[in-house]
Amino acid sequence: MAEMNSSVKIETRNLHLYYSSFHALKDINIAMKDRQITALIGPSGCGKSTFLRTLNRMNELIPNTRTEGRVMLDGEDIYQPTTDVVSLRKRVGMVFQRPNPFPKSIFENVAFGLRVLGIFSKREIEEKVEQSLKDAAIWPEVSDRLHRNALSLTLGQQQRLCIARVLAVEPEVVLMDEPCSALDPIATLKIEELMQELKKNYAIVIVTHNMQQAARTSDWTGFFLLGEMLEYAPTRDIFTRPKDKRTENYVTGRYG
Amino acid sequence: MKERGIEFILLLSALSSIFITLSIVFILLYEALGFFKDVSILEFLTGKQWTPLFAQPKFGILPLVAGTLLVTGIAVAVALPIGLIVAIYLSEYAPFRIKEVAKPILELLAAVPTVVYGYFALLFLTPILQKFIPNLSGFNALSPGIIMGLMIIPYVSSVSEDSMKAVPMHIREGSYAMGATKFQTAFKVIIPSAFSGIAAAFIIGISRAIGETMVVAIAAGMMPNLTLNPLEPIQTLTAYIVGVSLGDVPHGTVEYKTIFAAGITLFFMTLSLNILGFWFRRKIREVY
Ligand SMILES: Nc1ncnc2c1ncn2[C@@H]1O[C@H](COP(=O)(O)OP(=O)(O)O)[C@@H](O)[C@H]1O
Ligand SMILES: [Mg+2]
Repeated sequence: MAEMNSSVKIETRNLHLYYSSFHALKDINIAMKDRQITALIGPSGCGKSTFLRTLNRMNELIPNTRTEGRVMLDGEDIYQPTTDVVSLRKRVGMVFQRPNPFPKSIFENVAFGLRVLGIFSKREIEEKVEQSLKDAAIWPEVSDRLHRNALSLTLGQQQRLCIARVLAVEPEVVLMDEPCSALDPIATLKIEELMQELKKNYAIVIVTHNMQQAARTSDWTGFFLLGEMLEYAPTRDIFTRPKDKRTENYVTGRYG
Repeated sequence: MKERGIEFILLLSALSSIFITLSIVFILLYEALGFFKDVSILEFLTGKQWTPLFAQPKFGILPLVAGTLLVTGIAVAVALPIGLIVAIYLSEYAPFRIKEVAKPILELLAAVPTVVYGYFALLFLTPILQKFIPNLSGFNALSPGIIMGLMIIPYVSSVSEDSMKAVPMHIREGSYAMGATKFQTAFKVIIPSAFSGIAAAFIIGISRAIGETMVVAIAAGMMPNLTLNPLEPIQTLTAYIVGVSLGDVPHGTVEYKTIFAAGITLFFMTLSLNILGFWFRRKIREVY
């Protein structure tokens, strides 16, 4: 599955992150490709979420975090003082572990990002909301109740709504932090299918601690342990001939 | 055995507070009913003059209701926007250090005796306002209204802030991750999400204003006046009650019973607000 010739979308160089004095990410160097799915695996607490959140600078919401090193998006460092975090986050969208729709209507959830972008034309918003809901494979389920509260949806639907919300602002990268961990197997399968669709247009980075999910869905896999990335390779290689003994232990289930 | 005893004492004190509340309501109703034997409800509710102590007494409650609504309206116009802004600042913007200092200061605002606020309105604010508004009476609705507004800011801000803080972090993160600014997150996500709590805070503020006595008794003029002009002296329900209670009106007379008639009017105004507030607070819990 892994295409070697696809271009690099996000690359980190000597990336470190500290929560106060706790060294949570240690020298991460990774190049993630466009229109591919990169999976990040590793035992709980190893820094997967922290790493993902360095890619859209969400860690800055937590007081006393310090980031060192570089994160390049299309070759440009997003940690420069001149970087506009707001427009960065529009380019790099994020789906969270727990579905987090706003307590508003389904329509307003998706329209939110558009309004934030400064789009106010009613027609344009309606078109984009519909398109995003279609792209997130949830349109048939909600088309007749767009003005119902988003919290009335099932968790699986809420998560796809959150994906639609991200897609509406036309990002380039979609980050997903264990997007299926709160979902049942059928809802999980829907999201995985959706990821394969989205991959045609976006770079996708997904954190998962479900080994099968990483193996099924991703093109590249990075294995994290205690704040370090021990191994990064095409997914097939990680699961069939890992170079590091610790990776092998983890993917075969003897670990964490 | 000991456990049982404690439980019994707790139950007793809970019941006693209910009993006291009920007996207050009962006395209020009883005395007010006595009043309505002498004065028709129609005259009471529609009469435009309130002069119970005159030789030719008139018992129209409207001037007192108007005075109450006028002062409350001014207080609310001051307290709601400022209280909301303070709450947004404390909940979404303020660094921990500032919060630590600001919250006790705000609470202090609520701890100052209301008499002090009353004289502050009469002797400090009114003269200042008169420099800008020459036809402002020495006693007026405006000045105590503004001061009362300042006084109830902490009530509005603390309950609003609590309900904004109760909006889960992951909802905020969802907004920030969409590229929303702090301002957009506060106004488009946090406030709508915390709406019922904010509404409850507003209602608490309003009922506090309606029930407030000292400030208006001191600075508003003790003059029943059917007007919505904030520059004139007025009298509120509460100020009337305290005024008559302090005088030597003989027990059992109609004049005496007017206290209870005004009291029951006040009671129904705040009761309906409290019910509204209760309903809003119930709704908060349904949201997440
Ligand atoms: N806000 C925080 N403050 C301090 N330490 C944190 C914070 N968030 C996470 N950590 C720590 O950083 C490490 C990595 O956490 P995280 O990235 O959430 O791991 P993962 O997503 O792989 O389970 C953990 O040891 C965790 O305790
Ligand atoms: Mg995590």
